[in-house]
Amino acid sequence: MIRAIRPGLWPAVVLLVVLAAMAAVPGLFTGADPDAADLNATFAPPGPDHWLGTDENGRDLWARIVHGARPSLLIGGGAVAVALLGGAVVGVTAAQLGGLADQALSRSLEVLLSVPWLLLVFLVVAVMGPGTFPAMVGLALVSLPGFARVVRAEVLRLRAAPFVEAARGFGWSRLQVTVRHVVPNALGPVLALATVTLGATIVAGSSLSFVGLGPQPPTAEWGAMLAASRRTLSVAWWPAAFPGVALTLAVLAITAVGQELQRRADGRHL
Amino acid sequence: MAGVLKTGPAGNGAPAGTGRAELVRLVLLRAGGSAAVLWGAVTATFVLLRVMPGNTADVLMARSTTASAETRAQLIADYRLDESVGAQYLAYLGKTARGDFGDSYVLRRPVTEVLATQLPHTLLLVAATLVVTVAGAVVLAVLSARAGRVARSVFAGVESLLVAVPPFWLGLVLLTLFSFTLPIFPAVGSSSLSGLVLPTLTLAAGPLALVSGVLREGMLRALHEPFVLTARTRGISETAVHVRHVLRHALLPATSLLGWIGGSLLGGAVIIEIVFSRPGVGRLLLTSVQNKDLPVVIAVVLLSALVFVVFTIIVDVITWLVDPRTREAA
Repeated sequence: MIRAIRPGLWPAVVLLVVLAAMAAVPGLFTGADPDAADLNATFAPPGPDHWLGTDENGRDLWARIVHGARPSLLIGGGAVAVALLGGAVVGVTAAQLGGLADQALSRSLEVLLSVPWLLLVFLVVAVMGPGTFPAMVGLALVSLPGFARVVRAEVLRLRAAPFVEAARGFGWSRLQVTVRHVVPNALGPVLALATVTLGATIVAGSSLSFVGLGPQPPTAEWGAMLAASRRTLSVAWWPAAFPGVALTLAVLAITAVGQELQRRADGRHL
Repeated sequence: MAGVLKTGPAGNGAPAGTGRAELVRLVLLRAGGSAAVLWGAVTATFVLLRVMPGNTADVLMARSTTASAETRAQLIADYRLDESVGAQYLAYLGKTARGDFGDSYVLRRPVTEVLATQLPHTLLLVAATLVVTVAGAVVLAVLSARAGRVARSVFAGVESLLVAVPPFWLGLVLLTLFSFTLPIFPAVGSSSLSGLVLPTLTLAAGPLALVSGVLREGMLRALHEPFVLTARTRGISETAVHVRHVLRHALLPATSLLGWIGGSLLGGAVIIEIVFSRPGVGRLLLTSVQNKDLPVVIAVVLLSALVFVVFTIIVDVITWLVDPRTREAA
C-alpha cells in the first residue's frame, strides 16, 4: 500500500495525516487554549511566544488554527458523506428501475445542477435557518447529483460486464452479485470523486462561515477566523493570512490525492 | 481533385441552407430541455414555499407590526391562500413566467424592483470576470504551450495553486497587498472602475487557471495531430499554426467548461461582493437568507438557473460553430 504511493504524492499524504491528527487530537500540536483572550498581547506579530501571532483578542493563532481543523473539515466531510450516501441511493434506484423513473430522476438532478452551488445552499439555509447543520445539508445537496450520476453509470456498466454475467450464470443471487462484484468495482471511481469533491466542499463550507452562515464565533473555524480578520486588515495581516494558508494547503493535499485516485480508477477502465 | 482542394481545413463544406436549419433544430431541442429544467426549478421552489414551517400568512403575520384579523384576511386574499394547492400552483407558475416573483417579506416591495437596483452591479462584475477569464486563459495557454518543459510545469503549478485557493481568501490577500500595504486600489465599498479591478481578478483567478490548463493540454495534444504537420508543410508561420489550427482544436473542451463557469460565476460573485463590500445582490441576498425572506432568495435562484440554461445553449451553439464534427452528431 505504502509502496504504491508515487514519490511526488508524499507531501500531500503527510499533510493529510497531519490535518487528520489535528482534527482528532488537537492537544498533540498545541498546549495553548484557542479561546483564551489576552488583552495585553493583542495583535502580537508572529514570534517565539506566538508562532503565528495573535488576533484582535490576543488569542494564539496557531492554537486557533489547530483547533479549527475539526470544525473546518467537519462541515465538508459531513456534507460529502451525506451526498455520497444519498447519491448512491438515487443512482442505484435510477439504474435498477430504468425507464420513466430513471428519466425523472435524471431530470431532477439536472434541476439541482442548474442552480449555482452557493444559491442552492442559500435556499436551504433560508428555509432551515442559519447554522452548521443547514449548511451541511445544503452542501450535500450541491454534490449529490455528481455522485448519483457516477453511481448510476457504474451500475449500468458493471451490470453488463462479463464477470457479472458469469457470476449470475453460476446461479448467484442478484444481492450476492451486487455485494461481491458490483459494489467493490464501483467503489474506486466513487471514492475518487468523493475525495476531489471533499476539497471543493471544504472551501465551500469555509466560505459559508466566512459570510456568517456556518459555525458562529467564537468557534475557531478557519472561514469564521478570516471573516473576523477582515475588519482589522489595516492593522495586522497575519490573522488574515494563516487560516487561509491552512485552508489552501488542506485543499491542495486533498485534491492531489483525489486526482491520483481518479487517475487510477480511470486507468482500470481502459 | 479540384473538389478536394476546395474543401478547406475547417470543413465548411455543407451548404449554408441545411446548416442553418440544423442549427435552428439544435437550438429548439436544447430550449425544450431547458424549459423542462426551469419548470422543475419553479415547481421545486413552490414546494419550498409551501413546506416553510407554518402557513405563509402566519409567517407574514409574525413579521407584521400591525397584526389584526383584517390584515390576516387581506394577506390570505393577496397570496390566494384560501384556494386549492392546484390553483395556487397555477397562479405561481403564471406569475413566475411573467417575471413576477411576488413581494419581499421583509422589504414589502416587489422582488423585481428590489433586484433591479442591485443586479446591474453584479452583472457588471460577472461580465468583466468572463472577459478577463477568456482573454487571460487564451493568452496564457498560447504562451505556455510554446514554452519549454520547465516553464510549462511552473505554469501548471501556479494554475493548480490558483484553483485550490479559496476565492474569498484570495480577495483578502489582494486587499492586504494592493489596498493596505500598497495603496494602489480603493479598499472597500467603491463602485468606481478602479474598484472593479481587484474583485474581478479575485473572481477570475480560479476559472482562468482552470480554462488555461485545459486549453494548454488540448493544444499540446493537437500539436501531434497530422493536420498540424500538414499546416506546417504548407509553409505558414508557427504562430499561425498555433492560433489557426492548434488553438481552434483545443477550444472545444474549454468552451464546455466555460459554460459551466459562466453559470457558477453568479454564485461566486455574491461572496466576492461581500469580501469587497461592493453593492450588488450579494449583500441583499445574505440579509434575505438571514431573515428567511424566501421570495428574494427564490427569485435569484430562478434567475441564475435561467442564466445557466441560456449559457448552456450558447455553449452548444459555439461548439457547433467551432467543430464541424459535432454537426452530424447533433
